[in-house]
Amino acid sequence: MDTPALSVRGLTMAYDGRVIQQDLDFDIPRGQIFVIMGGSGCGKSTLLRHLIGLQQPAAGRILYGGDEDYWAADETRQDALKRGSGVLFQGGALWSSLTLAENIALPLEEFTDLPAAAIREIVAVKLALVGLSGFENHYPAEISGGMKKRAGLARAMALNPDILFCDEPSAGLDPLSARRLDELLLELRASLGSTIVLVTHELASIFAVADQAIFLDAESRTMTASGNPHHLAQHGSALVRHFLARGEDA
Amino acid sequence: MPNQSARIDLQPDVDTLVLRCAGTWHWQQTLPAQPGLAGCKQVRLLAEEALEDNEGALLAWLLHLARNCQAQQIALDADGLPAGLGRLLALALAVPARPGKPEDNTSHFIQRLGETALRLWADLPQAAHFIGEVSQGLGRLLRGRANFRWRDFLWLLEDCGPRALPIASLISFLVGTILAYMGAVQLAQFGAQIYIADLVAIGMVREVGALMTGVILAGRTGAAFAAQIGTMQVNEEIDALRTLGLSPIDVLVLPRLLALLLMVPLLTLYAGVVGIGAGMLVATTVFGVGAREYFNETMLALSWTHILIGMLKGTVYGALVAFAGCLRGMQCGRSAQAVGEATTSAVVTSILLITVSASILTIMFQRMGI
Repeated sequence: MDTPALSVRGLTMAYDGRVIQQDLDFDIPRGQIFVIMGGSGCGKSTLLRHLIGLQQPAAGRILYGGDEDYWAADETRQDALKRGSGVLFQGGALWSSLTLAENIALPLEEFTDLPAAAIREIVAVKLALVGLSGFENHYPAEISGGMKKRAGLARAMALNPDILFCDEPSAGLDPLSARRLDELLLELRASLGSTIVLVTHELASIFAVADQAIFLDAESRTMTASGNPHHLAQHGSALVRHFLARGEDA
Repeated sequence: MPNQSARIDLQPDVDTLVLRCAGTWHWQQTLPAQPGLAGCKQVRLLAEEALEDNEGALLAWLLHLARNCQAQQIALDADGLPAGLGRLLALALAVPARPGKPEDNTSHFIQRLGETALRLWADLPQAAHFIGEVSQGLGRLLRGRANFRWRDFLWLLEDCGPRALPIASLISFLVGTILAYMGAVQLAQFGAQIYIADLVAIGMVREVGALMTGVILAGRTGAAFAAQIGTMQVNEEIDALRTLGLSPIDVLVLPRLLALLLMVPLLTLYAGVVGIGAGMLVATTVFGVGAREYFNETMLALSWTHILIGMLKGTVYGALVAFAGCLRGMQCGRSAQAVGEATTSAVVTSILLITVSASILTIMFQRMGI
């Protein structure tokens, strides 16, 4: 069996001395879409910030490739591990002073020795993959919210990462744009074999794309369920069942 | 029928307090006091037919009552309320109130003063840490290992320098004019108008030019740095840099710091020249000093020491403005209000640091006899 793309062992997250989630243990299998779900304020986005190295755990370990402890690595190695993963932030987080093409080109310029012409080609391909051909010279302020997210996804894929992290990708989008983004993620998994970690509470997205999911509970401050979302809809916890019930009806 | 004011009729029964809500409830009137619940096991709510609560005042009153009942474990029977009001009350009580955050009691002057002092004290290690990070970044840049973006740097050079020329010209011209006028009025009493040239030349080139340039940059460039970096913080753009292993210090702070350090001495020099020009205009048109005479006196008064001291002061002020702007931007929280606070704080910090350093440098150079 493949080693997991990422493993979390005994993770406790805290903010201002207050525990948000504790004793989290799970593996993110390679080539799957893994969803972190839960109600508002349960710590989903905070967990994502821990997974991508923006926040240090209060306790526990985050293991890349199944055995490499991120926080035990030196700074240079941490940077290398970060570059092995791409992140789509909630609002896209595109650098506003750069055009879409420059946004995608920046990681390539900084971390590869590719000639400018090759970088231009890669940028064009990434933009085409997310359906934004022709928008190379647009600035983030000149495009819609859904397009920003797709452009953010293209930037996250710039360095061909092993894992793609997406924070609430369909939040704030109309149903059609949200569905298009879900289909894009499914395409990426199918065609590139990408491991995708999704933070969301959008039930339609969860049932449409997730292979595996975990449920974080804000009250007990721990993970109360894990597995395929269709199976979780019949889970023993009433909270999990209620959370997923409306999504199955939809 | 005229509206009757809000009232609660109490009907004490054995173990049960019956409250009959009556009249028109609105916020402009004094609402009835909450009843005492001592010894009571149940509260039953009834309503008169003419009861009106269009503004929600009765609902708020009932919510207080219900919470008091909950706290004292007294049963509340709201079946006697009109259906809509009863449903709203049930909805408001559906989720128990959390303990919540304690009220902010920082209105007392002494307490606020103390808290501000503690905040400033806590700011020092952060500032020291930031200086350390910037120093490390400069080290990386010198070794050619920083993620320094030259294109951003060139754009910042233009923004800090040429684009600041109009406002620098205006302020320097006006300050030169004021300096010349103030001096000339005094000097004219002794027939020594020609020394306006000395006063303006040394004053503008050595002190005022640098000071005014620093203040202009604090309001214009330092505030912009804080707002730009702060907004990037809010939009997660800095997080996006970090997830790529890019240092925000290398990408955002170093280009701004170096651009300002390169441009400020030139702007200071420019401010001095414009100020001297303004002085000459005043002296020749108002006080009858010849233009050639004024020019010659200016050249006699100015020395390289004055010019270099002025440029050095400008460079120090520029570094402080860049430091304050970038520090406040990096410290910015994740809301629009935080960006505003960061911008204000950047300007205040810059001007404070400029004033303190101006005093220190002036005394230092005087003591050194230069």
